[in-house]
Amino acid sequence: MSRRSIASKVWIGGLLATGGLCGCAPHIPPDALAMRHQSLEWRQRSTRRFLTTDEKQILAASAGLLQDLGFTIDNSAPDLGLVVASMDRTAVEAGQVAGKVFLFLLLRVDVPIDRNQKFRASIVTHPSGNEIAVRVTFQRVVWNDRNNISKLEPLDDPKMYQEFFEKLSQAVFLEAHQI
Amino acid sequence: MTRSSVGFGLYCLCVCAVPACQSSKAELLKADASAVKLRSIQTRAFDTTDKTATLRTVMATLQDLGFVIDSADDMIGSVSATKLNRYQLKMTVIVRPRGTTQLLVRANAQYGLRAVEDPQPYQQFFDALGKAMFLAAQEVD
Repeated sequence: MSRRSIASKVWIGGLLATGGLCGCAPHIPPDALAMRHQSLEWRQRSTRRFLTTDEKQILAASAGLLQDLGFTIDNSAPDLGLVVASMDRTAVEAGQVAGKVFLFLLLRVDVPIDRNQKFRASIVTHPSGNEIAVRVTFQRVVWNDRNNISKLEPLDDPKMYQEFFEKLSQAVFLEAHQI
Repeated sequence: MTRSSVGFGLYCLCVCAVPACQSSKAELLKADASAVKLRSIQTRAFDTTDKTATLRTVMATLQDLGFVIDSADDMIGSVSATKLNRYQLKMTVIVRPRGTTQLLVRANAQYGLRAVEDPQPYQQFFDALGKAMFLAAQEVD
């Protein structure tokens, strides 16, 4: 292929990209705000009920647990039963590093790998009769070593939620007994 | 004149001509759709005066839809939340009184860097909210 031909293709590509950026931004997925039957399973998995009417105590225990886990409390609204927190951590995984080295040695290709991540958590309490329902939701943003976002995702592993609520049960007990 | 310099000229022309050389600062006060139509799409009235309970139900509904709550304020009557699912969807919901018997709930969604102006996602949100509140979401003019 001649240099002139390559140059013309580059310009055509540039024109198409400019047109695309100006005119055709992506649209919201059709089910982004639709309630699905998985939503109810998701609710059950991320909710536990505590036999108490002391909402402030549950919120304090939740905030304490988040701090124990390394989160920073970003926001809270006790009158609405809300605690919001986030945590920055490394996202480097040994498998990705090994893959990057392998590909570089084999093909001289430098592939990006995950570097940093931010976890976000919101805990919402909801009084109901003589119980308080506590619901937690987690998500994370991952940046790669080129400082681009590589993942935007909810964290929906049931084990993660189970473990969180086991810790919260202990924290509520400790909070109730002022330990 | 070489072909590549003609191409470069065309490219510059295109960048300037689309869309009318408007500065990106103009995004600050830009309303894409008719403001009245958009408000109608984004707003519903509910037959209740319990603002706190409504805000709590808004938070529960957003959590059902996969959002993590960013902030909430009982006095202002606002809830903000973000959904991450290979995309970023941000929502702010404002609850305020309408007369003496109703509350108005207005939702704004932003998908990536764009305001959501399609009626369907808002309709889906208010359907879910209405079910959670056990009240019908009434359209307002």
